[in-house]
Amino acid sequence: MDDIVTDNLTKSYASGWPGRPPFVALDGLSLTVRRGEIFGFLGPNGAGKTTTLKILLGLVRATSGQAYLLGQPAGDVAARRRIGFLPESPYFYDYLTAEEFLGFYGQLAGLARSAITQRVTDLLGLVGLTDARTRQLRKFSKGMLQRVGLAQALIHDPELIILDEPMTGLDPVGRKQVRDLILNLRDRGKTVFFSTHILHDVEMICDRVGIVMKGRLVASGRVDELVRQDHTQSVEVVCQQLKVEENAFIHSLATRVLQQGQQCLIVLPSPDAVDALVGEIRRQGGRLLSVTPHKASLEDLFFQEATQRTSPSLPHVTSGRAS
Amino acid sequence: MGAIGVIALNAFRESLRDKILYNLVLFAGLLIGLSVLLADLSITEHHKVIVDMGLAAINLIGVIIAIFVGISLVNKEIERRTIYTIMARPISRASFIMGKYLGLALTLFVNMAIMWAVFLLTLWLYHVSIQPSIFQAVALIFVEILVVTAIALFFSTFTSTTLSAIFTLGLYVIGHLTADLRAMVANSDSGPIKSLVDLLYYLCPNLEMLNIKGQAAVGVVAAPEYVMLASLYGVMYAGVLLISACVVFQQRDF
Repeated sequence: MDDIVTDNLTKSYASGWPGRPPFVALDGLSLTVRRGEIFGFLGPNGAGKTTTLKILLGLVRATSGQAYLLGQPAGDVAARRRIGFLPESPYFYDYLTAEEFLGFYGQLAGLARSAITQRVTDLLGLVGLTDARTRQLRKFSKGMLQRVGLAQALIHDPELIILDEPMTGLDPVGRKQVRDLILNLRDRGKTVFFSTHILHDVEMICDRVGIVMKGRLVASGRVDELVRQDHTQSVEVVCQQLKVEENAFIHSLATRVLQQGQQCLIVLPSPDAVDALVGEIRRQGGRLLSVTPHKASLEDLFFQEATQRTSPSLPHVTSGRAS
Repeated sequence: MGAIGVIALNAFRESLRDKILYNLVLFAGLLIGLSVLLADLSITEHHKVIVDMGLAAINLIGVIIAIFVGISLVNKEIERRTIYTIMARPISRASFIMGKYLGLALTLFVNMAIMWAVFLLTLWLYHVSIQPSIFQAVALIFVEILVVTAIALFFSTFTSTTLSAIFTLGLYVIGHLTADLRAMVANSDSGPIKSLVDLLYYLCPNLEMLNIKGQAAVGVVAAPEYVMLASLYGVMYAGVLLISACVVFQQRDF
């Protein structure tokens, strides 16, 4: 069962000047988010992440293509009853106190007054704002606003939670709290779809990710699968008692050679050359200290995709990797 | 409570906390201060001047709040992006527009009720007899303010705050002049000019129809049918504007 499905979603904005081509924010974006998973939606600024989220919530209409949430067309009022949303850098009604604010969203979600009181207490405790219950939001710090924003997204216990850059503006402790909260939601069977450009958080908690560049989904899948697909894993070899400066064979194998006193660090572009290098070290009377494969990270993959998209000479990677 | 009620009460709470009702202090000071001054200056029409002044002050302050709060009702939500979390809830865009309108209407009602009370107090202090015509005039002022609020809200669904203010003020002024303009060109030989003025007359709100302050000041009671008809006209005009605002807002991207 898929909670979010987009099919060939396109959004373009008129330039406002005759003759000028429209600005394409989304260019045939297709993705699926499965029930009960944490899906990280990655992309640099201006890639189309927020536009996608806005289309899903009915804030913006797609130029073409389809989008469905919980089996309903995007923007459908019935679907929104089961969705929680936190926008990027949220600005809320700052004249309200935290409990009034959450109560307001609880009422909009159609909750009974008695249920709202209990939910407000629980959620303020969950996001660590119990002490700020009667404080106006205009006196909140950025991190506190982010946390109370998360609480409003959860006030009606939604099935699907959509978060736009939820870690932005949070200190390391706050980020960990949000990560734990997202994991907790998944454990309770909720689906979490969040956009971010903080790759570390994505690697830590996401079941699957999608990478969007210039309005197109260029990669999608499990983090380990995506990283495994990437063939640029390097290997770091450390040895000693070896003079590498004049060794042309080693230089031909390595992408980087660094001599520091007795020790020498040799970086190979792939594991294929390890046997040849180890053989050469032994032949030259060197002593092998360590061989460390450098596993490519999501960040490497992200930058690789970003570089390909920004380089005009390189063609687009086929969307066959996207699912 | 439905979504419209929740949004309306929140809009009312916002205006309370933004201290919009502080203008009442200004109103009370203006009314009492000027009444004292005019009571000294005026010899024969002392009572008429006080009633005229009071009704004009209620009208002016009501219209100012209607325009300057009305034009920011929707725009402020979009500029501050508070609209994102509201529209992500299971409510229709039309409910949002209606809720915001009713919230401001409630604020204006409370405002007018307090100004009305201060006005009656002033009349009592100066021993001015309180005629039914004064009640009629205030009722129609409130209807006019409802129309002006709807105009401001309508423009704010598709233009910037500044342009909304200009358009609303413009329509307010035109709304008080169309009947005079029509009378002026009635004898004109130019067909196009007469057609243009006729178009303006029927398209723009005839706010002068809601203005019976002059009659009220001299104690002339308007026919109840007239008050009813004028109120109906104003409410219907505001209704058409609100429906148009909902239609425009439905098409907007945020």
